[in-house]
Amino acid sequence: MSTVIEKLREYLDKAEAEQIRQLDQLVAATGLPVYKDPKTGALVWVDVRELRLRFQLSVNKIAKFVEGLSQERLYYTVCKRCGAKYFPPQADCPRCKASDMEWREVSREGELITWTVINVKPASFAHNKDYVVGIVRMPEGFNITAWVDADPSALRPGMRLRLVVGRRPGENYITYWFRPAQ
Amino acid sequence: MRRVAVVGVGISKFGYRPDVSLPELAWEAVKEALDDARLDAKDIEAYVVGNVGGWSSEPLPAVVVGEYCGLAPSSGIRVEAACASGSSAVRTAYHMVASGEADIVMAMGVEKMNESPTPTVVEFIGRAGNYFWEFENFGLTFPGYYALHATAYMNKYGATEADLCEVAVKNHYYGSLNPKAQFQKPITLEECLKSRYVAWPLKLYDSSPITDGSAAVILASEEVAKKITDTPVWIKAIGAANGTSNLSKREDFTGLEAARLAAQRAYRKAGIDPNEPVKYLDVAEVHDCFTIAEIMAYEDLGFAKRGEGYKLAREKQTYIGGVIPVNLSGGLKAKGHPIGATGVAMIAELTRQLRQEVERGRQAPIKKGMALAHNVGGTGHYAFVTILSL
Ligand SMILES: [Zn+2]
Repeated sequence: MSTVIEKLREYLDKAEAEQIRQLDQLVAATGLPVYKDPKTGALVWVDVRELRLRFQLSVNKIAKFVEGLSQERLYYTVCKRCGAKYFPPQADCPRCKASDMEWREVSREGELITWTVINVKPASFAHNKDYVVGIVRMPEGFNITAWVDADPSALRPGMRLRLVVGRRPGENYITYWFRPAQ
Repeated sequence: MRRVAVVGVGISKFGYRPDVSLPELAWEAVKEALDDARLDAKDIEAYVVGNVGGWSSEPLPAVVVGEYCGLAPSSGIRVEAACASGSSAVRTAYHMVASGEADIVMAMGVEKMNESPTPTVVEFIGRAGNYFWEFENFGLTFPGYYALHATAYMNKYGATEADLCEVAVKNHYYGSLNPKAQFQKPITLEECLKSRYVAWPLKLYDSSPITDGSAAVILASEEVAKKITDTPVWIKAIGAANGTSNLSKREDFTGLEAARLAAQRAYRKAGIDPNEPVKYLDVAEVHDCFTIAEIMAYEDLGFAKRGEGYKLAREKQTYIGGVIPVNLSGGLKAKGHPIGATGVAMIAELTRQLRQEVERGRQAPIKKGMALAHNVGGTGHYAFVTILSL
């Protein structure tokens, strides 16, 4: 109970329950999954074949990144041949075509470049309160996109933010976010 | 390469369209374009369909549309370049004609976004960046991506939410004069400013709607074009470029690098001085999926200097009579944004503008005979700049 996976499914099921019940009633009464659109009067067939999607993403070549998360550390990659730095971490270097990477820990403070508050959420995030997403410039020279745990009205460009890696409250799996540096 | 002309154009009514299926919606534009060119479906040698899909039921829209519109067994494909899929369809069709592969090719775009409920559509578009690094953990939305630019732009140059709303007010005004537009009511600055936040600092009235719609253009070689029409409109240049999928990989959030590159490439091909493009152009359709996108477009296209795009909006310089009229169709904001159809609709609209056959009140004065379409896919993930001329 209370993992993001279960909570999300419960939320989406609840949001759809009323529509599904109406569809069932419609089919029982008329024999057809068909109704008149209330706005336009157009005849609409409601798809009876639901498609649920949940993808399987390979993180095999960035296993070290995943291992880092489990130790509450954030890793990036540096190409051993040409020195190019990658965040998000890449297993392959398109600059020199090498695939020999060194894994290094990302430093813990950066500067806020820009941010937004997500007020209208995607279906799969709808169980969250409004959240702040920012892009932060790190001393290594790359940027990181992540949630910013702060009052958005207190945010300013160039403000110093501290990187946090851990179990995100309410979601219960390990990810990374920023909060204002002390 | 051969010269290529637009010889026929069609646009469906944009909006919420539960009254038609995807192929029926496509046919509205296809029929109008065929009639405009005085051609039959059997005259079309090949066709290219811009469609993003996901929210709609047909996974192979090109073949479904081709069958319904009588375009089979000509060759047809679907292309995807996010919100610029329509422009990529036009570009592919252009290459087929320019290269000599075919003499008459149709580019069309069709999208039925309302086949899915709004939260699902929001979900699909939000996933359209770099899925794992932007969406999976951080739930970015499409307005959210543009809001990241809006925040950066406003902080750097001092533009206000009211400046952004000026774009919405203009585009709704022109949309009210376009019978094909989704929204046909003008709005006030106050209404825009009072609308609720979608992704702060962008509000509902800063945002284009979820739209069903289709558009079609028929392209022909010079030899064929001169036989079938007295009013060919030539595709003078198409510039295209890509940006990174992951926004965090970008240096700058006050403009779209891909759009700047696409414009430079198009201007070079068309012989337009990139420092003064407005001297060559009568009218432009630019990508205003959000009001900040139109402001950035003014700068990326060289209509305004860097950091001064919002002043064009504030001073109403992009209405008819200003420095350059922009989005006289109502733009994506008021005309609507059926993602795969948008780029094709831009070319159809500008063709009609150059032929001087759009409705009174939104016809640009045509003096130089050149028009520009700027179509961005994603948040500068793709960009196409197309120059049309008489
Ligand atoms: Zn390398």
